[in-house]
Amino acid sequence: MALLEVKDLKTYFSTGDGVVKAVDGVSFSIEKGETLGIVGESGSGKSVTCLTIMGLNAKRNTISSGQALFKGEDLLTAKPSRLRELRGNEIAMIFQDPMTSLNPVHAVGKQLVEAVQLHSDLSKQQARGRALELLKQVGIPRADRRIDDYPHQFSGGMRQRVMIAMSLINNPDLLIADEPTTALDVTTQAQILALIERLQAEYNSAVIMITHDLGVVAEIADDIVVMYAAEVVEGGSVDDIFHSPHHPYTWGLMGSLPRLNADVERLAQISGQPPSLLRPPSGCRFHPRCPYVMDICRTVDPELKPTPGDAAHLQACHLDEATKEQEAARLLGAVSGVSS
Amino acid sequence: MIRYIIRRLIWAVGLFLAVTLIGFVLFYLIPADPAKFACGRACTQVMVDRVAHYLGTDRPVYIQYLRFLGRLMPLSLHHGLHLKSPDLGQSFVNRQSVNSIVANAAPQTASLVLGGMVVWLMIAVPVGVLSALRPRSVLDRLSMTGVLIGISAHPVWLGLIFSYFVGYRWHITPIANYANFFHPLYGQPGGPLQWAYHLILPWLTFSILFAAVYVRMIRANVMETMNEDYVRTARAKGAPESRVMFQHILRNAMLPVVTMLGMDVGLALGGAVFTETVYSLQGLGYRTISALNNYDSPTVLGILVFSTTAIIVMNLVVDLLYAWIDPRIRLS
Repeated sequence: MALLEVKDLKTYFSTGDGVVKAVDGVSFSIEKGETLGIVGESGSGKSVTCLTIMGLNAKRNTISSGQALFKGEDLLTAKPSRLRELRGNEIAMIFQDPMTSLNPVHAVGKQLVEAVQLHSDLSKQQARGRALELLKQVGIPRADRRIDDYPHQFSGGMRQRVMIAMSLINNPDLLIADEPTTALDVTTQAQILALIERLQAEYNSAVIMITHDLGVVAEIADDIVVMYAAEVVEGGSVDDIFHSPHHPYTWGLMGSLPRLNADVERLAQISGQPPSLLRPPSGCRFHPRCPYVMDICRTVDPELKPTPGDAAHLQACHLDEATKEQEAARLLGAVSGVSS
Repeated sequence: MIRYIIRRLIWAVGLFLAVTLIGFVLFYLIPADPAKFACGRACTQVMVDRVAHYLGTDRPVYIQYLRFLGRLMPLSLHHGLHLKSPDLGQSFVNRQSVNSIVANAAPQTASLVLGGMVVWLMIAVPVGVLSALRPRSVLDRLSMTGVLIGISAHPVWLGLIFSYFVGYRWHITPIANYANFFHPLYGQPGGPLQWAYHLILPWLTFSILFAAVYVRMIRANVMETMNEDYVRTARAKGAPESRVMFQHILRNAMLPVVTMLGMDVGLALGGAVFTETVYSLQGLGYRTISALNNYDSPTVLGILVFSTTAIIVMNLVVDLLYAWIDPRIRLS
């Protein structure tokens, strides 16, 4: 049984302008100890998917359906009290902006101790010991002195380390990292990713890494889910996605990666804007921006189905296999080094 | 910390000098002769001059001001340097010591204002938080309507309505006067119970305006804080809603409220004129008004000195409190 299995997840927000279908039929699964990367543009529904799994969407005006089975238990229908037991304990989350994700009026130690004591009967002293241990593990220098400092006394990278310490403090089975490095500078990004990878191995947690950075998922993910306009357009192992991508949107994402060894005048880009989720395009949602668009794409929404010969590699595109293979090969030739 | 307090105290002395100086000059500019008032209608010019000399109003204004400051100094150079208690002088009108006027009036105003503050916070915090939790709910709409009424209703009108119905028609509470908390005069009601009983209506009247303003402020602050990332972090940790509210939302949402509270209470300690007048409380506001009518500058200045001190002290207290509740503020 998969650790987490998401089936046909839908999250709709009703707004003054109509219903925003922020997540529209997303399915994926993740095994224990594995890393899953969810990639896609801003607004493609990556974060909302994970907030829905965590039960952290505002209750007001939100409708969710589908299933999110965590160890066989559906998180969408679980009682709030049960969700509270799981959150921060078996499922933990790291957020995008470390500058605003810590409470400014409590010392970081106190916030870590709170995380421990919410889920165990440890005394304050024991919880503090655990907090100190975690702060050392995530590489906070002089942790024994800094434990009583307040968030504003830490840099962005250090705050994200504190967030990671807080999320791992109860040995979660699943860690959801929502663009954990987006707000950090490049050198810090690499350190934080290495830290997450190391601790993942140490704690044997599964990680869902949400990002719009293909470089990040190439580095640490086992499996990848590509989302576009609230739907999954392609999914598979890192090898599948990076060595034989089968969806024009994935091609676009890869083509727009800057390469140090390729001398190009300008980067390829996906023309146009992501569609409005209030009124998504008919048929395939990518068709208005797709260079390979056919008549059928405008009317029929392609199903997410396995690639012939590789059942684990899912894709939703009407193009025929031969064209896909050909185009993927051409793309990989043009941007050689994608997999490195 | 100590340096910060010393710097604030030096500031306070400067502020104090400026406020009293302006008060003095204003009285000097009023085209009226306090000596004439103190002497009475039937006085001849000779008698008025003698009274003026006696009161000291025949001297230049800067001499009067220096004398005022000299009396106020807690140090004296007469018969060698020694400590003395600050003296606010005597009323022009009845020669009563201003010290004792302030000492009698201040407890009444303080009872009204501090008790009123408790009342308005007891109304504003729960109502503000609940409206923020359920925006556009029935409760929210009711409280916002209440806010509008509370801000629009004048304390004098409210006071008259309350005392007519609650006090006069229904005989539930007394409608006037102050009952001393500690030492009532002979034959008058006193003690904590009577004190509170007599203050019920004044507290309500005084606090409604503030309650309305604070409901709106607390509601806005809580709604803003609820959307902060660290509140989501707290939920992601598995914190129950009550803990999220008290430990994470309220702690942050109350920061600006504390600042406002210090300013409002400090200001009101100078006298809650309308409420005091309606309920015949002989507080600082009431005393100021009657002293102003008689050109009794020592009394007015004495109350000014007291309320300036109150505001300075309250602001200092708030600043120190702030450093304690908001670690981002460092006093240096």
